[in-house]
Amino acid sequence: MLQSNPTTAVRNDPVPAEAGAQEFLTFALGVEEYAIDILKVQEIRGYDVVTTIANTPAFIKGVINLRGVIVPIVDMRIKFNLGKVEYNEFTVVIILNVSGRVVGMVVDSVSDVITLESEQIKEAPQFSGTSGTDYITGIGTLADRMLILIDIERLMLSRDMGLADERVLQ
Amino acid sequence: MSIDMSQFYQVFFDEAQEHLGNLEQLLLDIDLHDPDPEDLNAIFRAAHSIKGSAGTFGFQDLAEVTHVMETLLDRVRKNEIRLTEDMVDAFLESGDVLKNLLAAHQGQAVADRETAAALCRRMEALLEHPLEGAGAAPEAELPTHPFVEVCFLPASELSANDALRANLLADIGRLGAVSLLEPRQATADAPWRLRVDPAIDRVELKSILEFIAVSGSIEFGDALPAVAAVEGADFGFFEPESPRDVPNDTSWGLFEADIPPTTPADASGAVTVESADASFGFFTDVPPVARDMAASPVAGELDKPDSVPAADKVAPITTAARAAKPSASAASGDRSSIRVSVDKVDQMINLVGELVITQAMLTAAAEKVDPVIFERLLNGLAQLERNTRDLQESVMSIRMMPISVVFTRFPRVVRDLSQKLGKSVELKMIGESTELDKGLIERITDPLTHLVRNSLDHGIELPEARLDAGKSPTGTITLKAYHQSGNIVIEVGDDGGGLRRDRILAKAKERGLPVSDSMTDQDVWQLIFEPGFSTADQVTEVSGRGVGMDVVKRNITAMGGRVEIESMTGIGTRITVRLPLTLAILDGMSVGVGSETYILPLNHVVESLQPLAGQIRTISGTERVIQVRGEYLPVVALHELFNCAGAEHDFERGIMVVLEADGAKSALFVDALLGQHQVVIKNLEANFRRVPGISGATIMGDGRVALILDAASLINMRRGLQQLAA
Repeated sequence: MLQSNPTTAVRNDPVPAEAGAQEFLTFALGVEEYAIDILKVQEIRGYDVVTTIANTPAFIKGVINLRGVIVPIVDMRIKFNLGKVEYNEFTVVIILNVSGRVVGMVVDSVSDVITLESEQIKEAPQFSGTSGTDYITGIGTLADRMLILIDIERLMLSRDMGLADERVLQ
Repeated sequence: MSIDMSQFYQVFFDEAQEHLGNLEQLLLDIDLHDPDPEDLNAIFRAAHSIKGSAGTFGFQDLAEVTHVMETLLDRVRKNEIRLTEDMVDAFLESGDVLKNLLAAHQGQAVADRETAAALCRRMEALLEHPLEGAGAAPEAELPTHPFVEVCFLPASELSANDALRANLLADIGRLGAVSLLEPRQATADAPWRLRVDPAIDRVELKSILEFIAVSGSIEFGDALPAVAAVEGADFGFFEPESPRDVPNDTSWGLFEADIPPTTPADASGAVTVESADASFGFFTDVPPVARDMAASPVAGELDKPDSVPAADKVAPITTAARAAKPSASAASGDRSSIRVSVDKVDQMINLVGELVITQAMLTAAAEKVDPVIFERLLNGLAQLERNTRDLQESVMSIRMMPISVVFTRFPRVVRDLSQKLGKSVELKMIGESTELDKGLIERITDPLTHLVRNSLDHGIELPEARLDAGKSPTGTITLKAYHQSGNIVIEVGDDGGGLRRDRILAKAKERGLPVSDSMTDQDVWQLIFEPGFSTADQVTEVSGRGVGMDVVKRNITAMGGRVEIESMTGIGTRITVRLPLTLAILDGMSVGVGSETYILPLNHVVESLQPLAGQIRTISGTERVIQVRGEYLPVVALHELFNCAGAEHDFERGIMVVLEADGAKSALFVDALLGQHQVVIKNLEANFRRVPGISGATIMGDGRVALILDAASLINMRRGLQQLAA
């Protein structure tokens, strides 16, 4: 369930494994700070009008036209029940590229890109199976900040996000 | 010669496929009792071309099979052997073997070398015909005709490599007769001496040799007369590919090739066994003296127009050859075309799609400007719109191919299968030139083959049964293709026994499907598309396993098409497949519901109307129907189905769009009709998943995404609305 070894999440990192350092993009959801593998991020853009899709969960906002590609947008604030859900000119969408699929993720704000050494990454504590905690690969410490490292690829392609057909999820 | 041959493999594969298709077509059409010499030549040429290039690319197995085939064909076209049914079968089978070998070289199949070897033996046995005793490939002999000696120093890789030597000889062999005098063995750095036809095009020859010779080392000798007279042996005649400046007076044209012992069979085959056109068969029986007088320089390959003028100068004895020529060159035609990979075309189609969207965005933006001040801008935009539309149409047409590409395989399927089943069947094909998208062509082939096999196996009765039923003993299968309102319609019909309603119903009950005896025929026929459904009495090699019809239906539905069945007991069955012309573009009507815009495929829209009070009634309190022209249609309110906020709820203030899909009609209630567009279909599943009621998405003029509604599933969704809302 939990990935005990955080290095599984960093397989794509160009930095040699022995260096142990890895780059993350950090973003805020409410008061929590999350970090995802920078290599999964395609771009960051503002929130634009979406085309809603009927009969989908509330966190799936709809689809947008990203330079001719139809991209679904999910609002992580709704998914994780965090933060105040409002859409204005400061709303940020992180466009992810996970396993060749492009997905947009609405967050409260994007903080910075950081490098974490392997000793800065602690194993995540065990939770009693709350949704969203399954994908936590570890806890990063940077000065007095606590960063929740998540395997964004596994999260986005998980069944409870409902972002892909069953056959893709195999 | 360090050219990487593998880069040309694909071209070879494509060409070989084409030749094989051609070969099969000709074989199927041939009249056994009176074969058209022109057809025999064309068959020979197809086999020959495959052999030539297979040899060049080093596909020995292909070259071996074609070599035997060619030898046999050659004797047939020279009228030395009569064409028999056995031979046609053998040739057809070798076509299959070659396809298998080709696929194996492309890594798509396992090469079945045993069959290939067995087939070669069979064709060799056919060669041993009582009429003619001599072997096909003459032994190496002394040159008996004038020749020119060419000397050069080869580059080192060439001398040491047998395959390259063989290729080279085959290459030169296309220009004219050639034999290698020295070196006989593959030794490094020895000078080469070639003996070539004096009529050979020296410029061409030089250009070939310059590839492999040390520069400046090529020397041409003087033309020399024949060394020895010929005894009664049979000659392989040579086929120079482009005998351009053939000197009429000095040349003899008949040439005997000298095979170096080390040359592999395939390449030497290209050099020796070829003979010119059928009429040259006359010469075999002419004594050497007569040949001296009559021999012509024309040994050109028939489809080279260059050889025609030369033929005209020839003595009367070659009239037959000359008569054959013009039609041959016409047949090969000058269709000039280029091979382009589908990826490139698709990329272009995508880009044009983007261009169409950008153009629509510009047009939408320009609607707000003052037409008086911006007259030139607006004119330019109008021009742009026309041009993009034309561009889009012509780009789309690149992908369009005639359906004959698929149809041509059916004569063979029908022939083989009817023989196997002991049935007599005639195949009629109508509308072969109907065009559809290449992607669809590829995907429709298997389902159509399945339908044809089914018709043959289950539809057409045995000749006796047909006679008993008062029908002609020969059954007919009709394949028909035509365009109808933005669709391509393909019909597979037979005049067989028809579907058996009682048997299908019995089988369905046995399998526990929900059926009743009062079902309409249309519904009963659809049962055969259920997985695992087969009413065949026994499982045959051909069909009866019950896999298939469900796959056929699934494949066709996946392409956005539909299958319909019509059948009458004793009269026959007709299966109609309807497909969209292309998968990339759709004629749509945009409708507004609340703040959203949806696209309705225009081919499902029957009409639209503004409902009046009293036109809409309820049934059992919840279901609503609307009366349109005497018909009661169920009402589907899109805002209820999709939970759209801010939509119109008052039926009298919105619009009803009558949709038809899968033979069922429904009235879709929307707020307003917005317009009609050609939209580029974007896949929603690429980054998302399937959504019920939605078939795809498109990008509108303002850059926003609009979802394309799936009419058939909307009609079905209405039935499941209660569950969905729960």
